[in-house]
Amino acid sequence: MSATLTESTTRPSAKDIKLIDCDIHNGLRPALNKFIPDQCRAYHERFGRRGFAGTSYPKSQPGAHRVDAWPPGGGSPGSNLPFLREQLLDAWDIDLGILNTLTPIRNQLPEYDAAFARAINDCQAAEWLDPEPRLRASLIVAFENGALAAEEIDRVAQDPRFVQILLPTFTSAPLGNRKYWPLYEAAERNNLPVGIHFGGGNGGHPITGTGWPSYYIEYHGGMAQAFQHHIISLIFEGVFDHYPNLKIVLIEGGMAWLPALSWRLDRTYEQLKDEVPHVQHPPSHYIHNHVWVTTQPMEEPEKPEHFDQFLEHFDQPDKLLFATDYPHWDFDAPDRAFPIKLSPELERKVKVENALNLYRF
Amino acid sequence: MKIDTDIHNTVPNAKALYPYLSDYWIDQLQITGFAGATDKYYPVGASVTARSDTHPKGGGSAGSNLETLREQALDIPNTDIGILNCLYAVDGIHNPDAALALSQAVNDWQLNEWLNKEPRLRASIVVPPQYPELAAEEIRRIGNRPEFVQVLLPVRAPLPYGNRNYHPIYKAASECDLKIAIHFGGVPGTPATPTGWPTFYIEEYAGMASVFQSQILSIISGGILNHFPDLKIIFLESGWTWLPSLMWRFDKDWKGIRREIPWLTQSPSEYIRKHMRFSLTPTDAPPKSDALLEIIEQIGSEDLILYSSDYPHNHDSTLPSGLPNALIQKIMNENAQKFYGF
Repeated sequence: MSATLTESTTRPSAKDIKLIDCDIHNGLRPALNKFIPDQCRAYHERFGRRGFAGTSYPKSQPGAHRVDAWPPGGGSPGSNLPFLREQLLDAWDIDLGILNTLTPIRNQLPEYDAAFARAINDCQAAEWLDPEPRLRASLIVAFENGALAAEEIDRVAQDPRFVQILLPTFTSAPLGNRKYWPLYEAAERNNLPVGIHFGGGNGGHPITGTGWPSYYIEYHGGMAQAFQHHIISLIFEGVFDHYPNLKIVLIEGGMAWLPALSWRLDRTYEQLKDEVPHVQHPPSHYIHNHVWVTTQPMEEPEKPEHFDQFLEHFDQPDKLLFATDYPHWDFDAPDRAFPIKLSPELERKVKVENALNLYRF
Repeated sequence: MKIDTDIHNTVPNAKALYPYLSDYWIDQLQITGFAGATDKYYPVGASVTARSDTHPKGGGSAGSNLETLREQALDIPNTDIGILNCLYAVDGIHNPDAALALSQAVNDWQLNEWLNKEPRLRASIVVPPQYPELAAEEIRRIGNRPEFVQVLLPVRAPLPYGNRNYHPIYKAASECDLKIAIHFGGVPGTPATPTGWPTFYIEEYAGMASVFQSQILSIISGGILNHFPDLKIIFLESGWTWLPSLMWRFDKDWKGIRREIPWLTQSPSEYIRKHMRFSLTPTDAPPKSDALLEIIEQIGSEDLILYSSDYPHNHDSTLPSGLPNALIQKIMNENAQKFYGF
C-alpha cells in the first residue's frame, strides 16, 4: 500500500468524542472500477455475478435504502462522500464511523475474489479514508478461502485505519468450520476483531435450517437465527479455545436473543459436552469474553420496561456498540434509537467507550 | 389433573409394522433390505436420548414397550392424560408411496397397540410432510378417531411451514379439528443451519431452537393463520425463553415491512399468543429464577406453556423453581386442558 496509508491516524482525544457509529454503508462505484484488474473486469463483464440463491427478496425500499438517502447529484445511497458527510457525519455530530462496504464477493473463483477484495480495500483507502479523517473501514476478504483471506488481512492491516475484518452472515459453512481458521489466525495475529454483518454472501444454502422462506420479512427478521447458528458453531467447534484472543462483532443481528441463547447453550453443554472435549468452558463464558454486538436494529418490546429487564439479563454493558446502519431503511437515529432512556454511564459506554476499547481508532 | 404433552413411543423395528403393511410393502422390505425409517432425530448413544432406566426389562429400545411406558410415564408421575409423539422419521423417506405406507402403518400400530390398550393415552398422527397431499390423505383417513389429537411435523423440513405447499396439511387438519404439533428433529436432507452443515451433534441440538424461530416467522408471514383461522399449533421441545426476543424483533419488522404481508390483521406477537403453545421441557432457564418470571411476563401470557416430560428422553423435566402456584396449575393442567379441550 502507498506510504500515505501507513501513516498513523489522528483522532480527537477520548474525552472529546461524543458519538461513534459502528455500521455505515458506503457504495464504491463507479470509483471502484479503476482499482479492479483488467482480467477480473473482463471476466465480470462476460459472466457477471452468478449466484446460488435465486432472485433476491425485494427489499422494503430499492436497495433497502432510506428514500431520502439518494444523493441529489445522482449515484446510489452512500456512494457520495460529501452527501454522506452532510446527511450522516455532520448532521449527527459523529466523531468516528466505521465503513462496512457491502460490495459483494462472488465466492466462486478464489483468485478473482481475492483480486476484487484487494480492489475494494485500496479503493476505500484512497477514496474514503484519505479525504475524511472521521472515517475508518472494515477490510474485505475472500472469506471462503482462508489462506487468501489471511494474505489480504496481513497486507491491509498495515494501514491502521482498517479496524476490523468483515464477513457476511451467509457464508458457505457455519463460521466455526475449520476452513475459516486461517482467517481467524490472521485476525488474531493482527489484533483485529472479526465483524459478521447481516446478509450478504452467497453461501449456496437455503437461508434457514428448514429451507427457503417466502418473504423478505423472514429474511430480515430471520437474520437473528442465522447469527445464532454462527455463535453456536464458533463456540462448539472450538474456535475460541484455539484463538483465545479472537473478538467477534455481530453487526445488525439484533441482541435481545443473546441471553436466551446463552442459557440454552449452557444447559446443552452440561448434557452433551462429552462430544466436544475441546470446549473448555461453559458457552456463556465465550459469549461474555469474545462477542460484541452492534445496536441496530434494536429489538423493541411493547413495554419499554422490558428493555431494562433485557439489559439486566444481558449483563454485558461493555459489549454494546452503537450503530446507525446508514443509509438503510431501518436506520437508527442516535437520539431515538433506544426504547428507554439509558443511564448517562451506559449511554457513554454504548456510544463511545466500548468502541474505543475494542477498535484501534 | 396432570397432562403430559410430550411422551415418546418408539417403533421397535420394521417388523413390528408388518401387521399394518400391505403384502407389497412387506415384500419390498424383505427383498430389498429396506428397513423403514431408520433415521434418528437423537443419536442412539447421546446423553440426551434416553434416561438410563427407560429401557424395557425384556429388551428393546426406550419407549417401545407399553407396560414400561405405562408405569414410568403415567403411573409413577401420576399423569392423567399423556400425548404420544412417535418420532418415526418418515420425513426422511424419499419414495412417496413408502413414506405414506409407513405412516399409515405407524398410525394403525399406535391405535391397536397403544391407544386401544391404555385409555390415558392420546397420540399424534404421523405423516410425511415432504408430500403434503399424501399427508392430508392420511390425516383424513384416521384423523376423526378421537384418540388422535394432532398432526405431528418435525421442525426441520425441506421448506418452512408457512410455505403455501403445505396448505393441504392444514386444510385436512382443520377439517378434522386437529392441532398441529411441531416437534424437535427432522431429517429433510437439507442443511441444519442457514449456512450449511455443522460438524457436531451438539450444534444441531442447540441450533434447533433457532429453526423453531424460523418456523414461527414463516407460519405467521405466510398467512397460514389467516387462511386457517381456527388452526392451533404447539411447539414441542422447542425451548421458549427466546420468545420475547423473537416477538420484539418480529413486531418491529412488521411495522416496517407489513405491506409485504398485508394479510396480517394484528401484530405477530398477537398471533403467537392466540394460536401457538409451547411444551415446557426443556426450559432453557436463566440462572436467576426472578429472570424467568420476567421472561414469562415479557411473553405477555401465562397460557402458552404446557407441561411435558419428554419421556423417555433425558431432560430435567421438573418445574423450574420460583413459579407461583397459580402459574404451576396452568402449566401442569389448565393450559393443556383449554388448548386440547380435554
